[in-house]
Amino acid sequence: MGPESGVVDPPWALLAEVTHACPLHCPYCSNPLELVRRSTEVDTATWVRLMEEAGDLGVVHAHISGGEPLLRPDLAEIVAAAERAGIYTQLVTSGVGLDADRLGELTDAGLHSVQLSVQDATAAASDHIAGRRSFADKERAAEVVRDAGLPLGLNVVLHRHNLTHLDAIIRLGVEWGAQRIELANTQFYGWALRNRTALLPGRELLATAEETVRRWRERSSIELIWVVPDYYEGIAKPCMGGWGNRSITIAPDGRVLPCPVAYALPDLSPPNARDHSLAWIWEHSPAFNAYRGTAWMREPCRTCPQREADFGGCRCQAFALTGDAARTDPACHLSPDHHLIQELTKKPGAAEFVYRRPGA
Amino acid sequence: MNAEWRPALAASIRLRHDRVRDKDLLVMPERVVVLNPEAGRILRLCDGSRTTTQIVDELAADFPDVSVADDVGEFLMRVRGEGWVR
Repeated sequence: MGPESGVVDPPWALLAEVTHACPLHCPYCSNPLELVRRSTEVDTATWVRLMEEAGDLGVVHAHISGGEPLLRPDLAEIVAAAERAGIYTQLVTSGVGLDADRLGELTDAGLHSVQLSVQDATAAASDHIAGRRSFADKERAAEVVRDAGLPLGLNVVLHRHNLTHLDAIIRLGVEWGAQRIELANTQFYGWALRNRTALLPGRELLATAEETVRRWRERSSIELIWVVPDYYEGIAKPCMGGWGNRSITIAPDGRVLPCPVAYALPDLSPPNARDHSLAWIWEHSPAFNAYRGTAWMREPCRTCPQREADFGGCRCQAFALTGDAARTDPACHLSPDHHLIQELTKKPGAAEFVYRRPGA
Repeated sequence: MNAEWRPALAASIRLRHDRVRDKDLLVMPERVVVLNPEAGRILRLCDGSRTTTQIVDELAADFPDVSVADDVGEFLMRVRGEGWVR
């Protein structure tokens, strides 16, 4: 429900980016180009308060992410605070640093599930994308999660360097005991936008990959989530289930955002949880109301029958490609800017990507 | 439905009351199922100790005017099919 009705429905999910520090250097990292420094991260007491406030506000799921959240020594205290607030917690991790002892500490605190990132199907290929040796850590992490009886999901970001290995990637997930694999075609923001020509796959590669997913769905019970490559579909994704509609992101420094890539919107002025309650931020802050509902829309969205289904697509993509976050997402074939995306998909890809690194 | 079956929620699933929305929820990784009051009432009895017969008897005691056995059986088979109850 939008602000025009005067009632804002409570949020369902919280993405807690507890740190932007990470041992991996993936070239499509969803963190902003300007990473939050460790010295400006909010402290344990603040995270504990935020989890209490999130529970009171109606948050049901917390995805505890980063960066690599295991780099926070106080992670178990943050998880415990979420558990006390009745929030179901999922650790989103690279697997580096997740051994049986650390997982035990987190499950004792109430951790419910783990989502593990994998970059490719083999150690050599996965380590190449991650920019460091990490595949063996991931394999061990999957094992300890399985042994602890926690639900395990894999998250694999897909691009031209690993889409040809999709069959082996899904087989790996089955062998590692995952119940679910999120096959996330790269969304082009931040680091991925910088590396777009190196990562953007061709149409044929995607068609083969979709066929691979279809065949696995026929013969396996593993849940496969195919995050559509919106550069090719001609359809805008309902980003975040609508701006300020379902989800809150909290940055390591306490900034609160309607979506984890909204750091890039220059006029947003995200409120900080150090200064305001989460309830005020969700209901009343200008940032959360900027694109909430449908009243902000222009044509062709304003009168489009899809406006309550796709919410005009992604504000950050509109900004990245047109410089104006209030325009229709150019991924939509009805957008007057759709040619921008069509031109990008025709360009031949460059081979090399740059790794994510601090201060780049 | 086997009368000796003692249904229990799958280990990864939490059944909780959401005081903000005043609804019972089934919460699992990446998913929330909003339950109607009847479903919440049945699933609260699925604690692994009660047989389906006992669950039906308890509900029947609460709602003496309604025939609950068929509805409960159908519901439990459906949620077992989803993997939410074992």
